[in-house]
Amino acid sequence: MGASVLRPDGALKVSGEFAYSSDLWLDGMLWGATLRSPHPSAWIRSIDIGPALAMPGVYAVLTHEDVPGEKFYGLENKDQPVLAIDQVRYQGEPVALVAADHPETARRAADAIVVTYGEREAVTDPRVALERRMLVRHQPVRVGSTFSADVVVTGEYEVGMQDQAFLGPESGLAVPAEDGGVDLYIATQWLHVDQGQVAPCLGLPPEKVRLTLAGVGGAFGAREDLSMQIHASMLALRTGKPVKMVYGREESFFGHVHRHPAWMRYEHGATLDGRLVYVKAEILLDGGAYTSSSPAVVGNAASLGVGPYEVDNVHIDAYGTFTNNPPCGAMRGFGAVQACYAYESQMDRLAAACGLTPVEIRIRNAVSQGSRLATGQVVDTPAPLAEMLRDLDAMPLPESVSRDLRDLPGGVGQTTHGDGVRRGVGYGVGIKNICFSEGFDDYSTARVRVELLGGEPHVLVHTAAAEVGQGLVIIQAQIARTELGIDHVTVAPADTQVGSSGSSSASRQSYVTGGAVKTACEAVRERIEKDGRPLEVILQDGPIEETREYRHRRTFPMDPVTGQGDSHTQLALCVHRAVVDVDVELGLVKVVELAAVQDVGKILNPLALEGQIHGGTAQGLGLALMEEIQVRDGKVLNPSFTDYLIPTILDMPPMQLKILENPDPNAPYGLRGAGEPPTLSSTPAIAAAVRNATGLPLSRVPIRPQDIALA
Amino acid sequence: MADDMTGGVPVATVARVGVTLTVNGADYRLDLDSRVTLLDALRDRLGMTGTKKGCDQGACGACTVMVDGKRVLSCLTLAAQCEGKDVTTIEGLAADGVLHAMQEAFVRHDAFQCGYCTSGQIMSAVCLLAEGRAGSDDAIRQFMSGNLCRCGAYGNIVAAIREVRDAGGHDA
Ligand code: FES
Ligand code: FES
Repeated sequence: MGASVLRPDGALKVSGEFAYSSDLWLDGMLWGATLRSPHPSAWIRSIDIGPALAMPGVYAVLTHEDVPGEKFYGLENKDQPVLAIDQVRYQGEPVALVAADHPETARRAADAIVVTYGEREAVTDPRVALERRMLVRHQPVRVGSTFSADVVVTGEYEVGMQDQAFLGPESGLAVPAEDGGVDLYIATQWLHVDQGQVAPCLGLPPEKVRLTLAGVGGAFGAREDLSMQIHASMLALRTGKPVKMVYGREESFFGHVHRHPAWMRYEHGATLDGRLVYVKAEILLDGGAYTSSSPAVVGNAASLGVGPYEVDNVHIDAYGTFTNNPPCGAMRGFGAVQACYAYESQMDRLAAACGLTPVEIRIRNAVSQGSRLATGQVVDTPAPLAEMLRDLDAMPLPESVSRDLRDLPGGVGQTTHGDGVRRGVGYGVGIKNICFSEGFDDYSTARVRVELLGGEPHVLVHTAAAEVGQGLVIIQAQIARTELGIDHVTVAPADTQVGSSGSSSASRQSYVTGGAVKTACEAVRERIEKDGRPLEVILQDGPIEETREYRHRRTFPMDPVTGQGDSHTQLALCVHRAVVDVDVELGLVKVVELAAVQDVGKILNPLALEGQIHGGTAQGLGLALMEEIQVRDGKVLNPSFTDYLIPTILDMPPMQLKILENPDPNAPYGLRGAGEPPTLSSTPAIAAAVRNATGLPLSRVPIRPQDIALA
Repeated sequence: MADDMTGGVPVATVARVGVTLTVNGADYRLDLDSRVTLLDALRDRLGMTGTKKGCDQGACGACTVMVDGKRVLSCLTLAAQCEGKDVTTIEGLAADGVLHAMQEAFVRHDAFQCGYCTSGQIMSAVCLLAEGRAGSDDAIRQFMSGNLCRCGAYGNIVAAIREVRDAGGHDA
């Protein structure tokens, strides 16, 4: 434990042999395709599947009438139709399905289905939705009664709609089984919650819907909701043949939820020496057409809406709206990311108003162990924010603006001679809840078996936890090796033949599934110790197997009126410093360096951990400077990688990292979830650095070239 | 699987071509719709799924393969264009079960997370060294910038390429 053990799936991944869901193949399988709504809001007057059915090679064309069981599904509310019924509520909503013997045939057949729509008003402005009270959740936070102060700064901030943009688009293979059920091989974040949604819609008991995790080409929240799981299964059950579905890149932009765009109004009051007196905020998050995980996103934005700062008076209203925009849900840092950009922008304004440096204002207000959050929850584990900021501030700065034109913004395009290039430095601080919050029964299950193979003891670890690239397979193996002292450890493929592990999200798997594997190993160890004989001898009687569930500390719902409550089980901090060069004439930004300090409680695997911090930082950089799904009147304008830009290797600068290990006594090994916090703090740090370089207020991310050049 | 990929065009006007593809040293005779990309031919006709599809329009690099020693995006290359050329894919890099130095370096440096971009990154990196363009970290970044990694493993990718360059003397 604590060593940079290499990924067991590494050799497969570098040799092209790792089977991603899109690589699955069965002889005689069919290909599925989805017909989606071109309109953000319309009545469906009629659907004529005749022309599609008549095409050679087409085996099935299905609409909502063919959904065998429940017609609606959803993560938190079952409000999303499997296939549209009488109306569509967003562009891209699935309307009909086709199975054919060739992907191109399936595609063409889907296009041949004739749907008559009656377009109607689309509500696409979340402010209008708020006025009309089209709300998925409103969560207030109310503490204290002093809402005046010597120094007051206000600001309005906007965050664009970000896409998870995993590189391996949605895909899966559904195989009809002899018992009338279906075996589904799928790239997902949570096998059991998929099973729990798929089975009722197919009209099958859960045990007849068996899921196995196929290789996952990235997730970042986008695989938490269902995509084609029910669709492929319906086609397989109808045709009696295996059906594969693979979304193309454009379809992928319509096939999953995105990060909620946000509109936020903040007012911070402080004493003359920069101590916070109060924070008022209105946070509007557009959830689009269906609930998805909007309630949790709103909860995070509300409970963490002031950031990791001590303040006695808080008045927050966080809203999630229903509109006819694309549905939004989970993406790395959900809810906390949007608020973080706003409160950190405010802290910089406050620093300027009080004549303090950005680091000093944050240190003066920083939470520490024993602080009370806006929700009343006491931070009861180490939270050394001030120390982290000092460490960050002490890291060496990169050299001043380069004289080599190729190093300037614009790169080898050499768009500048350097006259318009300004250097800027900015800071960002983020706090993220780890694991599921607000009273959710959040647990994981692990089965650990020790047996003799070839005369030597071997461990088999079996969970349903989804490896999505974060390195969970190694972590499970490392834990088993450490707990049992046995070298040969295999992690079985994740499937629904063992109990739920919960979702690979909220940075929770090392904590919860790690905890489950640890607990199951301890149970095995106990049996060995009780027996007293040498392990090899015991195992001659047969294998030892133990299955355990692991739960983190209980959490509680937020009070619906005051927002008070111990809603989180663990909180994690990350701080970033960004150094940028900005060509103020062309509006081009080059991030020169990013430095970060993160407290992870306990390092389980340094390599995998650094990967998480780099990756989270990169996605925060994307949100700061380039990533936005542009939606106009409910329609997506840029569903492609040529128009939706994600950071390349050139955009991502070298990083300095300092990792702290202040253990959380409640968590296994004292660890803290690590994947999300860096995604929070890198965005405001970069935005602050660009403001520092340009002197512009820049209250919206992503910051576009025109925001700088035309300001 | 039906071979008809008519895309709305009457079948008679869709040209079918006989193509011999040489992939990783072996010859494959295929009868193809002339519009089939090298990527689809590899994945769907030859069952070589190591080469990945991330965008199908030249924007992500996941489909990078080597054709006559040069890196190409197989999603923008027609299979029919590759007649008589040597195609090398990720499956052909290891020799006799021994990983190529670049593959080993990617594992050692943890230069990936989900791994979906990795085949393309490695094919690009191998070609980059052959092109003599890996002289500095900046150069590596410049000439690897066509290969996206959403997991953000970029720092480790640079480290892996640097190590192979320094060990093998493949480059300046
Ligand atoms: S699949 Fe070819 S470049 Fe993306
Ligand atoms: S490792 Fe996931 S996209 Fe690169």
